[in-house]
Amino acid sequence: MATDYAIPRVPSVDRVAADERAARFKSRSIKTTAKAAGLHLIISMIDLTTLEGKDTPGKVRMLCRKARQPLKGSDCPTVGAVCVYPPMVPIAKEELKGTDINIAAVATYFPSGQATIAERVDEVRRTVDAGANEIDMVINRGSFLAGDYGRVFDEIAATAEACGKAHLKVILETGELQTYDNVRLASQMAIDAGAHFIKTSTGKIKPAATMPVTLVMLETIRDHFLKTGKMVGMKPAGGISSAKLALRYLAMVKETLGDAWLDPDWFRFGASSLLNDVLMQLEKQRTGRYHSDRYLSMS
Amino acid sequence: MGKKSTKSVRDLLFGDLWEYAPAPQSSGFVDLKDHYGHFINGEFVTTEETFETINPATEEVLATVSIADDATVDRAVKAARKAYDNVWSKMPGKERAKYLYRIARMIQEKSRNLAVVETMDGGKPIRESRDVDVPLAAAHFFYYAGWADKLEYAFPGATVKSLGVAGQVIPWNFPLLMAAWKIAPALAAGNTVVIKPAETTPLTAMLLAEIFQEAGLPPGVVNIVNGFGETGAAIVNHDDVNKVAFTGSTQVGKIIQRAVAGTDKKLTLELGGKGANIIFDDASIDQAVEGIVNGIFFNQGHVCCAGSRLLVQENIAEEVLTKLKHRISTLIIGDPLDKNTDVGAINSRDQLDNIKRLVDIGEAEGAEKFQPRCTLPDKGFFFAPTVFTDVTPSHTIAQDEIFGPVLSVLTFRTPDEAIEKANNTPYGLACGIWSDKGSKLFRVASQLKCGIVWGNTYNRFDPTSPFGGYRESGFGREGGVQGLLAYLEVR
Repeated sequence: MATDYAIPRVPSVDRVAADERAARFKSRSIKTTAKAAGLHLIISMIDLTTLEGKDTPGKVRMLCRKARQPLKGSDCPTVGAVCVYPPMVPIAKEELKGTDINIAAVATYFPSGQATIAERVDEVRRTVDAGANEIDMVINRGSFLAGDYGRVFDEIAATAEACGKAHLKVILETGELQTYDNVRLASQMAIDAGAHFIKTSTGKIKPAATMPVTLVMLETIRDHFLKTGKMVGMKPAGGISSAKLALRYLAMVKETLGDAWLDPDWFRFGASSLLNDVLMQLEKQRTGRYHSDRYLSMS
Repeated sequence: MGKKSTKSVRDLLFGDLWEYAPAPQSSGFVDLKDHYGHFINGEFVTTEETFETINPATEEVLATVSIADDATVDRAVKAARKAYDNVWSKMPGKERAKYLYRIARMIQEKSRNLAVVETMDGGKPIRESRDVDVPLAAAHFFYYAGWADKLEYAFPGATVKSLGVAGQVIPWNFPLLMAAWKIAPALAAGNTVVIKPAETTPLTAMLLAEIFQEAGLPPGVVNIVNGFGETGAAIVNHDDVNKVAFTGSTQVGKIIQRAVAGTDKKLTLELGGKGANIIFDDASIDQAVEGIVNGIFFNQGHVCCAGSRLLVQENIAEEVLTKLKHRISTLIIGDPLDKNTDVGAINSRDQLDNIKRLVDIGEAEGAEKFQPRCTLPDKGFFFAPTVFTDVTPSHTIAQDEIFGPVLSVLTFRTPDEAIEKANNTPYGLACGIWSDKGSKLFRVASQLKCGIVWGNTYNRFDPTSPFGGYRESGFGREGGVQGLLAYLEVR
C-alpha cells in the first residue's frame, strides 16, 4: 500500500524570502484597542499545556483551574483547551466539567512517535475513550526523512480514523524536518491524510515554532482551502511565551489567511507561560501600570 | 463584523474582524523652519523668489523655499571651485574620509528626524524611510568613506585624479538617498559639489546641509541650491562645472545630454525604466508574489527600477494572479506617518494626474483593471494599488513608465519569449527573474538588456553594488567601485 503513495506536488519554498516575509510581521505596530482585542483573542486560542515527566494529578488540576479562571475578576475569556498526557485525561475531564474548554491529549507515543502503528493507534483509541476531544499526534519523522512518505501518510490516516469524532492535530516536529520544503510537503501530506489542525512542534525539540515555519504552514493551508474549499487549523507550539510575539503571529494569520482563521476553532497556540504574560499585558492596558506577576496565579 | 465576501465561498476574507489601531509615528519633535534657502559656501542664504513645499498626504504647506537664479547658481559653483582648488583637492584621502565617516554617523544619529521629515515631505511610508532610505543613505557615506584613501587601488594599473566641480540634479522619489548616492562618491573621489534637490522634496537635503555644517565640512565642498528645472539647467550649463550627474526622467536626460554635447563635461544619467519581473513556473510562488508586490508597490511605485511589467509563465498565471490579488488586499494604504502603512501618498498632484491619465488609457485600450477594496484618505494625493491583466506589448501601459503603483501583467510561454518580451522596451534599467533553477536564472540573466538583474529578489540595494542602466535608462554606474569611475579621470 505504502509504495503506491503519490507524493503531493507542492511549491518550493525560498528560505531567504520566506524569512524576510515572516520578519515583516514583526514591524506591525499593534496598539491600544487592537492590542486589547488581540490579547483577548490570544487567550481564547491557548492550548494550556503541561507535558512533563513529573506531571501529577495535582499539577493537572491546578492547570485546569487556571484554564477556567485565568484571572480573578477579569472579563478575559477561558482558554481554548487544556493539553495533557493521556493518563491525565480523566482528571482534566472531571475538572473541566460544565465548561466548553476542550481536552487535548498528546497521543501516538509522544514525543518520539517511535512505536508500531498498531501501538500508536491503540493509544489514540484509549485516549479518546477516556474523554479527550482533541488528539495531538506526532508524525514519524524517521520515516519522513527516509523518504518513506507512504508510511507517514498511512499512519496519519489511520490515526485520523481512530480519532472518530475527536479532532486531530498533526505535529510535524519542524525542528527535525529542518527545511521549509520538508515542512511544506509534510503539511500537505498531513492535510491530505485528514488532519484538522497542523502543528509545528512537540516543544521537546529546539527550534520549536518559528514565524517562518508557521508562515509556510499557513500558506499550505491557504492553498488547500483555495483548491478544495476545506479549512484546516494551525497550531504553532513551543517557544511562544510573550504576548508581543503572539500578537505578531496573530498579524501573520490575519494577513495570510484572513478573518475566518482569527478564531480558536482554526488557530491555537500551544503554550504554558504565554497565558500569564498576556494577562499582565491586559492588566497594563486596563490600569495603565505594569502589573506584577505576583498578582497572577500559577498555571 | 467583517466585510462580506463578494466572490465564491472559497475566497479569503481580509476584512475588519481584527483591525490594527492607528499607530502614528510622533512628529512633534521635528523642528522645521518656516523658510529654507540654499546652502552655499558653508552658509545658509536665501534669495527673493520662493515656492512652497507641501506634505502630499495632507496638502499642508511645510515650508517656503528659495529659488536659485543663474546668479545664485554661479555663486554656488564659484564656492565649489574655490573649495576644490584651495582645500578639498589638496586634502589627503584619509582626511576626506574622516568627514565622510562623520557625516555617516550623524545621519545615523539623526535618523529618526530625517525619516519623519522624508515621509512628511515626500509621502513615502515611515516604515520605508525609517528602514530603507535613511539607513541606506548612511551606508553610502560609510562605504565611500572607505574608498577615499584607497583610490589608487580602485583601478589597478591606472592613475586616477579627481575632476573638479560636480553639478548634480536629483529626483523626488528618494530625496535623501539620492543625495547620498551623488554626494558620497563625488567627495570620496576628491571633487566638490553643487547639487539641486527636487522641488517637491527639498527638506531632507537641507537637513543634510545642517549635518555638513555641524560636521565641520569645509565651506564650499557641498553647495545645495533649490529651485525648478531652470535652476537645474543653470547648473548643467555652467561653464565651470566639470561633471554632470542627473537622476530623473528620460525626457530631461535627453535635454541634458544635448546641452553637454560638445563640452568636455563628463556625464552620467540615471533615467526611467520599465522593469520586467519574470516569474517562471519552477519559482517559489509565494516568495515570488512577495517579490512582485515589493517590485511595484515599494515607494508607491515611484522607483525608476520598479518591476512594473510582470511577465508570468502562462501555465501558472492564474495561480500567481489569485495570490497576488489576495496579497494586495492586505496592503494598508493611507497616512504615511502610520507605522503600519504599506503604501503612502503619491508625491505630487502632477504625478497623481499622470498616473490617472495612464490608468485611463490602460482601461480605454481594453486591459482588465483590478484594485483592492480600500478607502483612500479624503485629503492628499493617493492612488490605490492597481493591477492590469490581459496586457500585451502593444498596450501603452506596457510601454510607458507610469511611475506609480500600477502593474501591467503579461504572460509568456517559453524562456526565449520571456527574454524577448523583457527586452521589448526602449528602457534597460532593471529586471527580476524568479526560478528555483540556477542554470536557467543565469542563462536568462545574461540575455537581458538591462543594467541590473535581480535573482529571486527585487528592489534590493546595497552601496557595494553598482546601479545603472542601458539604452534610454541612461549610462554610468552609481554604487560600488564602479561608482567611483564617474567622478575620476582614469589614466
